Amino acid sequence: MKFIRSLAIGIGLIFIAPGAAKAAQTNVAVAANFTEAAKEIAAAFRQKTGHEAVLSFGASGQFYTQITQGAPFQVFLSADDSRPKKLVEDGLAVPGSRFTYAIGKLVLWSKSPGVVNGEETLKAASFAKLSICNPAAAPYGAAAVEAMKALKLYEALRPKLVEGATITQAYQFVETGNAEVGFVALSQLTGSDAGSRWVVPQDLYNPIRQDAVLLKNGAGNDAASAFIGFLHGPEARAIIEKYGYVLDGQS
Amino acid sequence: MDVWSAEISQAVTLTLALAAVTTATLLVIGTPLAWWLARSKGWWTEIVASVVALPLVLPPTVLGFYLLVLLGPDGPGGRIAGLWGGRTLAFTFEGLVIGSVVYSMPFVVQPIRNAFTAMGERPLEVAATLRASPWHAFWTIAVPLARPGLLTGAVLGFAHTVGEFGLVLMIGGNIPGRTKVLSVAIFDYVEASRWREASLLAGGMVIFAFAVILTMTLIDRRSARAAS
Repeated sequence: MKFIRSLAIGIGLIFIAPGAAKAAQTNVAVAANFTEAAKEIAAAFRQKTGHEAVLSFGASGQFYTQITQGAPFQVFLSADDSRPKKLVEDGLAVPGSRFTYAIGKLVLWSKSPGVVNGEETLKAASFAKLSICNPAAAPYGAAAVEAMKALKLYEALRPKLVEGATITQAYQFVETGNAEVGFVALSQLTGSDAGSRWVVPQDLYNPIRQDAVLLKNGAGNDAASAFIGFLHGPEARAIIEKYGYVLDGQS
Repeated sequence: MDVWSAEISQAVTLTLALAAVTTATLLVIGTPLAWWLARSKGWWTEIVASVVALPLVLPPTVLGFYLLVLLGPDGPGGRIAGLWGGRTLAFTFEGLVIGSVVYSMPFVVQPIRNAFTAMGERPLEVAATLRASPWHAFWTIAVPLARPGLLTGAVLGFAHTVGEFGLVLMIGGNIPGRTKVLSVAIFDYVEASRWREASLLAGGMVIFAFAVILTMTLIDRRSARAAS
């Protein structure tokens, strides 16, 4: 009897032990522009902690709406700082957890070499379509509009604008050649020198501060708080810089 | 009605125009196609019928992806757009019409084909013995007999185009007055947390869909009564 009981406990432990060895899972909502960096960070995170970060990619505005409607995310990496702030105000995120994990850079990009040549390209406007992402829902779109306004070219360029729902779609419009040029995130162009680009000077638009926040859903989840902690750490910061972002306090 | 804005009326007008042009195009292309599908006995008929029915099963993202490539400067769309000096058919009303025609095709062709099939060979055989030319017989006998099917096809094609979302999102580019249709406008309002506008438009769509189904039922009833 005693033997059987200890056997049962032993077998039970085999199944429970790996789970109890605090490998947990967390669902992370990630702004589309951060896709590649987030994948690499999640892989490094798993290697270091054993925790699994399950990533969802989309527009920040869409995530904000989903979170207010009870979406089961525990961490939110937004493309802006206003939505995480609003979530704290709404009582849906943990107040002290909010911080700027990356500062995004806006780029004017063309698939063909020699097309983009600084702000001259926008002034000459010898293209039929210029793609941006939805300024109401995505901060890179709002930044693109700010930059065009700062150059006093917005009204002139407006008829040529096409809008993607996310920065990924704005990129696809250029990638498929349907738009000759587009405002995309520098992070989307890392790893390739193809085409021509102009990194829009920082004085033409407000810094795209991308904030992360721990959601109330994830307050008790080890993996969720570990992920936020990992984002602060040197490994994650190195990856973030590699993908063309500026780190807070370095701009 | 302070929620109503120029932006919204633009989206409504554009959507209705797109649905009207698409439906008209589909009736012109779809009627002869349905006629051929109903009368042809070859083994390839069902292959063509399956191709026509594909959009029923394919996700709009699949169609959107292919259309984005086909309409673009490196595809046939770019060549067509070149006729009037354009580079791409994406982001244009014409491009949306092409996409919608593909997308709504089965909803128009299927009911018309069914109506032609249900009519049978008999009326046309009789017409032929009375020396009516096939063309004449088609217009004076087949089309009037198939009227409920044509009506159903038109209503379904129109309604389906009005509600189309994934495809226009992928090839449209969200240009106000040109490609920003109702469903995309609703999506935008939800993303920007503008609930009032979103619920106004979404509510309107519900009422519209209800009206469509009711109309269809009434058409069905009337044709059933006429048949008995």
